[in-house]
Order: sequence, then structure tokens, then C-alpha cells
Amino acid sequence: MSATIEMPVVKDTFNADGHAHDAQPIYLDYSATTPVDPRVAAKMIPYITEHFGNPASRSHPYGWTAEKAVENAREEVAKLVGADPREIVWTSGATESNNLAIKGAANFYSGKGKHIITVATEHKAVIDPVRELERQGFEATFLQPEPNGLVDLAKFKAAIRPDTVLASVMFVNNEIGVIQDITAIGNICRENGIIFHVDAAQATGKVDIDLESLPVDLMSFCAHKTYGPKGIGALYVRRKPRIRIEAQMHGGGHERGMRSGTLATHQIVGMGEAFRIAREEMHEENKRITHLRDKLLHGLETMEEVYVNGDLEHRVPHNLNISFNYVEGESLIMAVKGIAVSSGSACTSASLEPSYVLRALGRSDELAHSSIRFSIGRFTTEEDVDYTIKLMRSKIDKLRDLSPLWEMFKDGIDLSKVQWASH
Amino acid sequence: MAYSDKVLDHYENPRNVGTLDKNDPNVGTGMVGAPACGDVMKLMIKVNDAGIIEDAKFKTYGCGSAIASSSLVTEWLKGKTVDEAYAIKNSAIAEELALPPVKIHCSVLAEDAIKAAVADIKAKQLAKASA
Repeated sequence: MSATIEMPVVKDTFNADGHAHDAQPIYLDYSATTPVDPRVAAKMIPYITEHFGNPASRSHPYGWTAEKAVENAREEVAKLVGADPREIVWTSGATESNNLAIKGAANFYSGKGKHIITVATEHKAVIDPVRELERQGFEATFLQPEPNGLVDLAKFKAAIRPDTVLASVMFVNNEIGVIQDITAIGNICRENGIIFHVDAAQATGKVDIDLESLPVDLMSFCAHKTYGPKGIGALYVRRKPRIRIEAQMHGGGHERGMRSGTLATHQIVGMGEAFRIAREEMHEENKRITHLRDKLLHGLETMEEVYVNGDLEHRVPHNLNISFNYVEGESLIMAVKGIAVSSGSACTSASLEPSYVLRALGRSDELAHSSIRFSIGRFTTEEDVDYTIKLMRSKIDKLRDLSPLWEMFKDGIDLSKVQWASH
Repeated sequence: MAYSDKVLDHYENPRNVGTLDKNDPNVGTGMVGAPACGDVMKLMIKVNDAGIIEDAKFKTYGCGSAIASSSLVTEWLKGKTVDEAYAIKNSAIAEELALPPVKIHCSVLAEDAIKAAVADIKAKQLAKASA
């Protein structure tokens, strides 16, 4: 049971002010990446050392052993998502899977049409391949989600054109954790003969996925959001009805020609083990994480001017994205060094633009700048959550005392009516 | 992002946080920036009849560098004449705090805040003189 497994990093000795000294901050950024489960790491190591063979070597036991491990892992990945192992293609991660699915399917079926539908809140690893296809002559519709982050089915239907060939909608959003209605969107795609791709990088081990019943043609996965290693992912490519994709990586014809390149046996073994653990433990784990998320939410939402970003009901429990109005996100992250979180604030990115996901929900720039994403997981404890609540409350009070906007809000000034000097 | 020790010091122990009486004829207020851009600075200076800045207070909504820039200038302003204050350049602020290129705009904002506060006090003095 997961409760007996400890997070493989040091996380103690913070002083009362929440400042880390030599210790690592409490990790609350599971949506960025998860630690590798120690059981996964243990299973991987022999495939780096003794079982180093190339799974494509057919002439000796070194190759056979590696190939067997790869095929076992393929079965584990397939089992978690209700697929046939022959429908799983190894890739380097979800970014590659998304590129292979979107460009591969669009290129193969371009004779059927050149219009693609996706959503404005998709990960950049979907948005950018679609943008690349636009440069190659495709046309794309980027649907705006509803203010709760969900796709309106009527608007999705309305975006369909006779030449729509492909749609791509993510299962679980990386910033706000909302779960799209993949069954309903997939059914609309089926009725209209549109190939449907789903980026499920944030979904495995969090929501049930059964590709036998889901009307999905292509689905992207990665290991490192589900306690496996970075650098390994997979693409599900449906066999019945058969979906064809054009390879994006050419070479030795590995993975039935869809993705050439020597298979990274140890990484694949890690992904298989991570997905096996997810299949066996996710329901228990989700209960525990839901309890922690609710505790965190209740500890924070009782403050003034706090807004949850994204729908709370159609959402994985691992994600809590909150805007603390009148406090700027980067200064808040600086103030809470005892926890490792991320922000939608422009100042935490190189681009100086606030989160495009929060902007697409219709959030004001101010609220986008003021957002913090807490993402919790397998190794988060009650004490971590208690500490986080205490720390956040004290630091938000401190920063609001420093904030001219908070002062104006308290004086009853409507900030939307103030003439700001732009710069 | 790694911050300089000076930014961290000003961020963690901000100097001269607060508000002066904006209706005081000897107090000038400068508010610059916009919430949508992620930073707003409010700088208030109290100037005596000799034209010397006796007190300075700030409140800032923004990143750590913006808070540190405004905290630093409140220290610099005290004891200066308004004309000396007006001459403070953003480059001096950026240099003192070792701001990285992506944070230079925070020092620009602090310079703008000084200029706005000085302009406000000068307008008040002019109004008083012509009254």
C-alpha cells in the first residue's frame, strides 16, 4: 500500500517562518512531474546494468530478455487504459506522442480534409503541432472553453466543418485539473467521421480510462506524471477501426514503422511498473488525495478574495488552482519557500504573459497574475497540508499589507474603474 | 529564478511600508503601473518647506524585484531634495539590486513612481503659491 512508501527526498527542518535552510521544500508540484516511485526505480535498475540487451536483437538471450521486459511493460500500459498491447507505441514522452498523433494523422488523412479542431487551453505540446500544421496549409479552430474550463458540446459541434479531419482535446488539464467529457466529444467525432486524439498525460492513475469503450482513436501518455521516469511515453493507436499515422521519426522501422529508434528498455520497464501500480492503487489513492485536497481547499477558501480556477466537480483531486486577489503570484511564491508550487503569474515565465489557460477562462490579468497551482500526490501528507495552509495564510496577510490594490479594495475603490498608467 | 541578496533582503524586510496622509499639502503621491501588467507601485513623499524629503512610504503589488526596487528608493529619497530625487535613474536602482535583464522594468517603474510623486508635490506647491 502506498502509505508505507516514503517520498524519496528529504523534507524537514523548516523554521516557523517557512524558510527552507538546507532542506528541500515540501513538494506540491505533482502536475509538473512526480517523483519516481521507489518500487519503479528498483525495477528499472537491472535493465540498466545486467539486462542491457537491445530488445531488437533477435539472435541471443540478451535481446530476448530485453524484448520480454518491453512486452510485459506494454501489457501493463495497455491494461491501465483498456487497450490491446498491439495498440501501444513507445515514444519519448507526451510531447512526442502528441506530435506523432496530430501531425501523423493530419498528414496521413490530409486528402480527407484540412481542418482541425482543438481547444485554447490545451498544452503547448498540442497547440504548437497544430500551429505547425497551419503553416503547412491546414486550418485550425481553437475553441474557447466555458469559464469553468470545460468544452461546451454545442460549441464543439458548431465548429465542425465538412473538411474537419482531426480533433484534439485533452483529458485532464495540466493547469486547472478539469476533466473534459471525452466520451461525449468522442461520440460527436464518430458521428462526423473525425479522427479524435486525446492528450491523457495528466489523466493516467487519476481517472479511469477504458479505451475499449471510449470513442477515441489516438491517446498520448507519459510516465513521469504517474510516478515513472521522465523521457518515456506512449501513443495509443486504435486498431479497430484502424487508424493510420505517418511516422515522424524514420529509421530502423521499430514500433511497426510508426516510431523508429532503439527502445529504452529501462525507461519502458519503469513506465510499465508505474502504470501497474497506478492500476492497482489509484482508487484508494484518489480517496486519500481527495481528502487532502478538500482539507487544503477549506483551509484557504475561508480567506477573503480567493477564487478557485476551473470547475471543482469535473476535476481530478490532485489539482487545486487558486487566485489570491491583490497578491502577485511570483512574490507569493518567493514568500512561501517552504513549499514547491507553480504560478500562472507572468513573472514566473520568460514570456511576461500571464497564464493563457486562465486567460482563456475569462479570468482577468490580475487574477491570472495572482494564481498558484497546488498539485498533490502519492507522497503528500496531512502534515504537509496543515503546514501549507498555515504558511499561505500568514504570507498572504503579509503581502496584502504591502499591496496598494488591497488597500484600495478595502477603501471600497472599484479597481476596474481606475485609470492605470500603462507601462 | 535566483535573486541577489539585496533583493531578498528588501523583499523579506521591506523598509518604509505604509501610507502618508494624501491630503497633507506637503505629501506627494505617485502611483504607477497597472494590475493587468502584474505590478503597481504607490510611493508617497513628505517634503518640508526647505524642499527636503523628510519621509517616504510605499506599497507595491508585484514581484520580488518590484517590491525591492520600491523599498530601496524610499531609503534613498529621505534627506534628498525633490530635484535630487527627480534625478534618480532606474539604472542606479537596477545596479544596486543587481536586477537581471528580465526585471529591469521593475527599476523603471520605481523611477516612474519617484517622478510621479515629485510631479504631484510640485503641482500641490504651485496650487498653494497661486492660492
